[in-house]
This record gives sequence, C-alpha cells and structure tokens, in this order.
Amino acid sequence: MAGTQYRGSEITDVDQFIKDAAGLESEREKEIGQHIGYRYDVNLVPDYGRITPFLKDYMEYMGWDDLNWLEDIHMGYEEGKPAVFDRNINGWVRVPDSIALPDNQQDRDMIARELLLKFQMSDRHPLVALRKAYTKF
Amino acid sequence: MAGVSDAELQGMTQEERAAALGMMTEQLTGKSMYIEFDPEATERFAYPWAPDVDFNKRAEIDAAEMSTKEVNARIRELMREGYGTVVLHNPRGKHSLAVGILNRLNLIIEGSIGYFGVGLIDGPNVRINGRVGWSCAENMMAGTVVIQKNAGSTFGAAIRGGDLVCRGSVGSRTGIDMKGGTIIVGGDTGALSGFMMQRGRMVVCGNAGKNLGDSMYDGTIFIGGEIASLGVDAVTADLTDLDKKWLTRKLTQYELMPEKGVDHFTKVVAGKQLWNYDNLEPNEKKLIL
Repeated sequence: MAGTQYRGSEITDVDQFIKDAAGLESEREKEIGQHIGYRYDVNLVPDYGRITPFLKDYMEYMGWDDLNWLEDIHMGYEEGKPAVFDRNINGWVRVPDSIALPDNQQDRDMIARELLLKFQMSDRHPLVALRKAYTKF
Repeated sequence: MAGVSDAELQGMTQEERAAALGMMTEQLTGKSMYIEFDPEATERFAYPWAPDVDFNKRAEIDAAEMSTKEVNARIRELMREGYGTVVLHNPRGKHSLAVGILNRLNLIIEGSIGYFGVGLIDGPNVRINGRVGWSCAENMMAGTVVIQKNAGSTFGAAIRGGDLVCRGSVGSRTGIDMKGGTIIVGGDTGALSGFMMQRGRMVVCGNAGKNLGDSMYDGTIFIGGEIASLGVDAVTADLTDLDKKWLTRKLTQYELMPEKGVDHFTKVVAGKQLWNYDNLEPNEKKLIL
C-alpha cells in the first residue's frame, strides 16, 4: 500500500530488516557497499496509546501536548542491528543487545525515542565536544 | 577530552581546541559511526549547555527602537537569567527575529514579523499574534510555532521537526524541501507546496494550488479541500485509521478541527518513481565513488 512502501517492497514483517542483515539488494548498493534509503517506514505516525512515562515527562517539561520532533523518530535497522538515526551527528546509534525488542514497530519506536533523547541530552554526545571546539556564540 | 579543562581550551586556537577534543579531519563518508547507546545515561530533558529557565518567570521586550540583532541578543540574555516566558512587543515586521533559540521557552510575539522569522529553532513554543513573511521557521528542529494570521511563501522551508501552524492561509512552496516535522495550515496553500519534500507531514484544511508534492521523495500530505493538480510523482493513498487518529489529535490540539471531521481529507504520498539511484550516469558514479 502506498505510504508504507520500501523501494517498491511492502514492509510485511517487523523483523524484515533484521533478518535481511546484508541489506544490499540492488547493484548500486553492492557497488557503493552501503544501503540506499530508509530501513523503516518514515511515514508511520505514532500511536499515542503506547507512549512511555519518560516521554510523557519530557512533553510536560517542554510544554508540548504531543511528541513534537520525536514523531519523526523511528527504530531503524543498520546492518541487521536495531539503531536510531541521530540527525545531530548525521549517523546511526545502535541499540544495545541487552535491550529486548518488542514485537511491534510502534513500541520499538517509543524505545528509540527514549534512547535518542537520553543520548542527545547526555554529556557524552559528540555535539558537546563540537560546541566546545567550534561554537561562535 | 577528559584531560583538558575548559580554562585550557579557552586559551587555545580553534584548531588546537579541535585537536585537543579529539576531532578528526579524515573523510568519514560512507562509514558507520558505531556509537552505541548507554542505557544507564542520566535522564535529562535539556541539552547540557541549555540554560535552566522557568516558564513562570516572565519578561517583556519592546522592539520598537531595537535592531534585530539587539532583540535576538536580549532574548538569549533573558534565557540565561532564567526567564522562561518572553513577550515581544512592536516587532514592526523586522526580519530574522527570534532565530536560533536552542532551548525551551515560551515566546509571544505581539505583532507581525518579516522574512526568516523564528528560523533554526530547537525547542521553544512561539505564538505570533500577527502575520509572518517569507520562510517562517526555516530549518526549524523542534518546538511549536503558531501564527494567528496569514504567512508568506516558503512557509516552513526545510523544516526538520516540530509543529508549525498557520491559522490563516499561506503562499506558495509551503514546506519546500521539508525533512521532518509537521506543518498545519488552517486555510489554503499556494502552488508547489511540498516541493521536494523528503519526510514529515503537511496538513492543509483548505485548498492546495497547482503541482502539489512535486518531486517529493517521501513524507505525507493531507489536504482537506480541493487540489488544483498533483505534481510529478505525487500520488494519492488510502487514509488509514492511524492517520485519522493522528489527524484528529493534531487538529484538535491546535483548535483547527473541521466540523465534518477528518474522513474527507485526501492523503498524498510519493510514488517513488524518482528513486532511481541505480540509473546514475557513469560520470556521476565516479563523483560519488
């Protein structure tokens, strides 16, 4: 169905991109050695019935009635591993193996949002060092 | 990074600082970063460098005799002093007002602003009791911006996150190159809205002009009224139950819920026929490889 397509292939299994660890399907991907395109449905809107207490607290702190920018955060899959794309470092951050993955994408997305938020706000985020090195004001 | 104090860093040149902090200059294109989350990370809701502000602490600025630069500097100063609510009077259509706010803040602008207002923001809640010029909230990262009247062209250009709401109508090229976030328009939107959209959601309660979603790569557009024409590779799709729930929640939140509900909205997505990376010319391949 349109809107849930992944380069012409419908996402039928929540573990589709974990099972497909190589992930290099087209000739072009094999040539450049990396995957082109999203490893998740970017158009999936959050199910607010599954929101976690931590995210609720964040919304309250920021004065928002919804997840705001976190609506665009999903759990993706990089080289067969669950990961989240961090726009602030333009790279994937992997979910530790110790975290059990729920059996549906909506709950996985909520975990991804929590983890990304904690990472972005932590002192070990690369942006902290970048600001120290390059900030102008 | 651990062995260098802030005082030592301040005495260094930018190049020395970068080296001392472990910054690399090598080309990283195409390489995974291999960073893993720390599940034990401290739970915090603000960036480490963000000033701690209190929404109940309120300050006012009269911008009538101030330059844009002075107004923006004053907003930052107030945040450093802990003010969480700032009311800006007499903006008088100045350009580039309230840009680059990377913190939570309630900002109320009493009047209309010019071009590139509230651009590059990451977190604040802005209410503008007036109109806005071109490229309002360009490159917005997070937060909410609500405009009470109309907006100019390229509304929410390259927005990456957050909610950008205009209760009135907007000009052409709304959400051009948007990479995330939500744009909501209470009235109509002009031609080429959603041009080269890459992701995110656009909701227009009224009509859309010609070439809606032209060359969009991904993302979703919801139109409540008539669509003059669809652009290249923009196609209609079925409205799912989850879409309806999300639309109802969002429009109710901003008091823009149509009386007849959301069932009549048309959903527009990318046909993805433009995703033809495999067909690049040999010279282009050489450049990329």
